[in-house]
Amino acid sequence: MATLLPPPTKRQKTAAADKAREQQEIQSIPDNLGSVRVQFFDQATGSVTGPAVSVPVADASVKNLETLLNTLQGNEDDERVPYRFTYQSDAKDSATIDILADLYHSLLQPGIKTTEDTIPLYFTPQAVFRVKAVSRCAASIAGHGEAILATSFSPVSSSTMVTGSGDSTARVWDCDTGTPLHTLKGHTSWVLAVAYSPNGAMIATGSMDNSVRLWDAKKGSALGGPLKGHSKWITSLAWEPYHMQEAGRPRLASASKDSTVRIWDVVSKRIDTVLTGHKGSVTCVRWGGTGKIYTSSHDKTIKVWNAKDGTLIQTLNAHAHRVNHLALSTDFVLRTAFYDHTGKVPQDDAEKVTAAKQRFEQAATINNKIVEKLVSASDDFTMYLWEPETSNKPVARLLGHQKEVNHVTFSPDMAYIASAGFDNHVKLWNARDGKFITTLRGHVGAVYQCCFSADSRLLVSSSKDTTLKVWNVRTGKISMDLPGHQDEVYAVDWSPDGQKVGSGGKDKAVRIWRN
Amino acid sequence: MPQNEYVERWQKLHGKRFDTEERARKKQAREHHRQSKDAQNLRGLRAKLMQQQRHKEKIQMRKRIKAQEERNVKSNSGDAEPKAAVPHYLLDRSEATNAKALSSAIKDKRNEKAAKFSVPIPKVRGISEEEMFGVVATGKKTHKKSWKRMITKPTFVGQDFTRQNVKFERFIRPMGLRYKKANVTHPKLGVTIQVPILNVQKNPNNPLYTRLGVLSRGTIIEVNVSDLGMVTTSGKVVWGKWAQITNNPENDGCVNALLLV
Repeated sequence: MATLLPPPTKRQKTAAADKAREQQEIQSIPDNLGSVRVQFFDQATGSVTGPAVSVPVADASVKNLETLLNTLQGNEDDERVPYRFTYQSDAKDSATIDILADLYHSLLQPGIKTTEDTIPLYFTPQAVFRVKAVSRCAASIAGHGEAILATSFSPVSSSTMVTGSGDSTARVWDCDTGTPLHTLKGHTSWVLAVAYSPNGAMIATGSMDNSVRLWDAKKGSALGGPLKGHSKWITSLAWEPYHMQEAGRPRLASASKDSTVRIWDVVSKRIDTVLTGHKGSVTCVRWGGTGKIYTSSHDKTIKVWNAKDGTLIQTLNAHAHRVNHLALSTDFVLRTAFYDHTGKVPQDDAEKVTAAKQRFEQAATINNKIVEKLVSASDDFTMYLWEPETSNKPVARLLGHQKEVNHVTFSPDMAYIASAGFDNHVKLWNARDGKFITTLRGHVGAVYQCCFSADSRLLVSSSKDTTLKVWNVRTGKISMDLPGHQDEVYAVDWSPDGQKVGSGGKDKAVRIWRN
Repeated sequence: MPQNEYVERWQKLHGKRFDTEERARKKQAREHHRQSKDAQNLRGLRAKLMQQQRHKEKIQMRKRIKAQEERNVKSNSGDAEPKAAVPHYLLDRSEATNAKALSSAIKDKRNEKAAKFSVPIPKVRGISEEEMFGVVATGKKTHKKSWKRMITKPTFVGQDFTRQNVKFERFIRPMGLRYKKANVTHPKLGVTIQVPILNVQKNPNNPLYTRLGVLSRGTIIEVNVSDLGMVTTSGKVVWGKWAQITNNPENDGCVNALLLV
């Protein structure tokens, strides 16, 4: 009888598996596979781009595909755009597969497609600049006497940030040195909302004391007294987009628990219009770039208003519970107006307006049409993706969260939606059709807020479990865990230029994170 | 018609007595007097039974009163503003936010160095080996030398435990007295949850008992608290935490413990 070897031990087995995996990675693409036909589709519109192209499998790496696509689109050498390629199968469960390195290892080797097929590849243009993941706490600044409830970076640069706190002050911080710049005193109760004006000159704060106040962002001085009118606390603020503003007469919308939204003329400090119609507390207000105001409320509806005269345009019904948060696909562009990644600021006001308008139109144009998409998060555990321009019906229902969805945001390039829920997860969705992409697991407490980096490659989320986590959007993996806060993190913001992340929470310290 | 429902039959035939309501009212009015008399005069088993029943009735009554009172109180959860500052998205939520009392409480506690070694039950009654071990004397050899012991108290036996060969097995931990879970109370939150026991850290009576995993009053056990969602300051999830047993598991048939925070 032949000697029977004992079965391999666990250690041996894991070692063998590790070795096999390593060897696999080293494996290169076999060069006898010939070529494969590739058809490019635009992720934003879903339309075909160029003819189907035959590509040698051995050369079908992402780098080469990028070059090919740039050529197909007729981009000049200096305006070449990096692309991200994904494959979506037609099947029902259709998982989206990201082409990480080359076609062979992503699609052909797993047997998803063969060289006989024409491979449909969806491409998403990526930002030409790259934001590095924040990895360390650059400063932990004490100053606030109570929990920090809201935070926002200036659109101008990452060097100033404003935070609103439970000690009824808002503070402006110098993020380069980690020191306080100004204390905005005046409110008599918690400051619940803060918002920089799109040109970065003014700060608006909304408070528990039912008033809105305006401040000079440079000097830190109050611009007049409180704007009174609301009878309950302020939940959300939205500035009129820069390119829509009448010259010298910017406006501000404030949503309140008293179920109204008031539009203020910032210069004369008067109420311009009052948007009444909601039957419950208004939770969120967004001012779109096409002259519409979007509001969400506890009465389960989202209403769309004409910003000019305050008339109701649409009521979007679909949610089964209170609507918590809204996000516009153009949020990022509207927030930063004419400040772009190059850091060049136009000289005079007229140029600024044209620059802001051009930026907005460039970002919002899909198929030669300006499309502003809206996504709403609700207590009914779902989100809806809307295109209010075309229809009263939602484009998609985003199912998957197992508890209330608190916060939702569009990526600056409008390719993704990220949603933060009380079920400890952040979920990523395709912003075009609302298809589920992946779940970002890692938090062990409710996730309160999340924010994309300016290049849409990274996402930061703040949670009740006292940590911030930076996620790689592409792989869906955690990129950086940022512990440091001693208590719940209520507010987080990524600076529009991508340099820094600011966060604040119950532990009263503002933290600034950078790479 | 059943044989014994003669009263109902009579009432159907002839109607109720004219003074039925009056008699019922009086009987009910006398009920308290009867109860009081019984309470004073009953002896022995009857007294015991009566007390048991009264006890149950009283519990029910208290519950009902409480429910009634709660109904009367205006629901203050909706409009009441929380004392500590919270962001607007948490303002109208009536969720129990006390789960957070813990992290700050833990921090305060850590600062007190002395608190590190204090436990809720500092002293326990000693348990002698005679009480703990029963001598097993089955079989000729074992009988002659009497070296085998059966543990007579509840124990925790880890999941990966396999019994030794009978010949070498010196201590037997009976299956019926093994426990896997403990009812752990969080002292600050006032919540009790049933969580798996991870191991026995220290039995104050005897290091041998620690090794054997004996669960007696005052024993420090490690429990799995991953359900509570606690995190350390460095952001790691806390999943093992120490707790002290507060009851006599042998008497109660369950393990109750207090979390050491």
